[in-house]
Amino acid sequence: MLTPEWIRERVLTALPGAEVEVIDTTGTNDHFQARVVSDQFVGLPMVRAHQLVYAPLKDVLATGELHALALKTYTPEQWAKVKS
Amino acid sequence: MTTPISDALKTRFDTEIKDHPVVLFMKGNQLFPRCGFSARALELLKPFGPVHSIDVLTDPEVREGIKAYSNWPTIPQIYIRGQFIGGSDIVNELASRGELEALIKGS
Repeated sequence: MLTPEWIRERVLTALPGAEVEVIDTTGTNDHFQARVVSDQFVGLPMVRAHQLVYAPLKDVLATGELHALALKTYTPEQWAKVKS
Repeated sequence: MTTPISDALKTRFDTEIKDHPVVLFMKGNQLFPRCGFSARALELLKPFGPVHSIDVLTDPEVREGIKAYSNWPTIPQIYIRGQFIGGSDIVNELASRGELEALIKGS
């Protein structure tokens, strides 16, 4: 059974130093939403940033254990703007 | 982990994507989407012209194949003017920024 913390740890293995927040959106441990802020996204189109987050989760996405992960990705600069 | 796809399937995807300006790989069809994320993507794309949709639930080879082809682990998947756009979050984001129409019309 997946937890937000488990997903967060997995994402951090691929994106060390990122700010990762994960929420279980349905309370059923298979639909989550995540916000990831990383300087590794700088200069990347959004599709590439999302691929970087999905990469360490491919196995659980393939089995369906993780049914959905709604994603928002930001560079630190973009996140500072959104926050303010 | 990701199974490689056959040349025939790759050629089929290449052709579908080249021949249609907006291609949506979805669960279910346009009349009966079988997943909320697919339904949402379809609703966002439809106002800007015809959407060529492919129901991945009708063929397991297509369902797994498109994930490998796009290097993208989930459905829906959206191609616009031959380019891979991403999944439902990205279409949502582009729609909220008002950028979808320009992308589809190539302006």
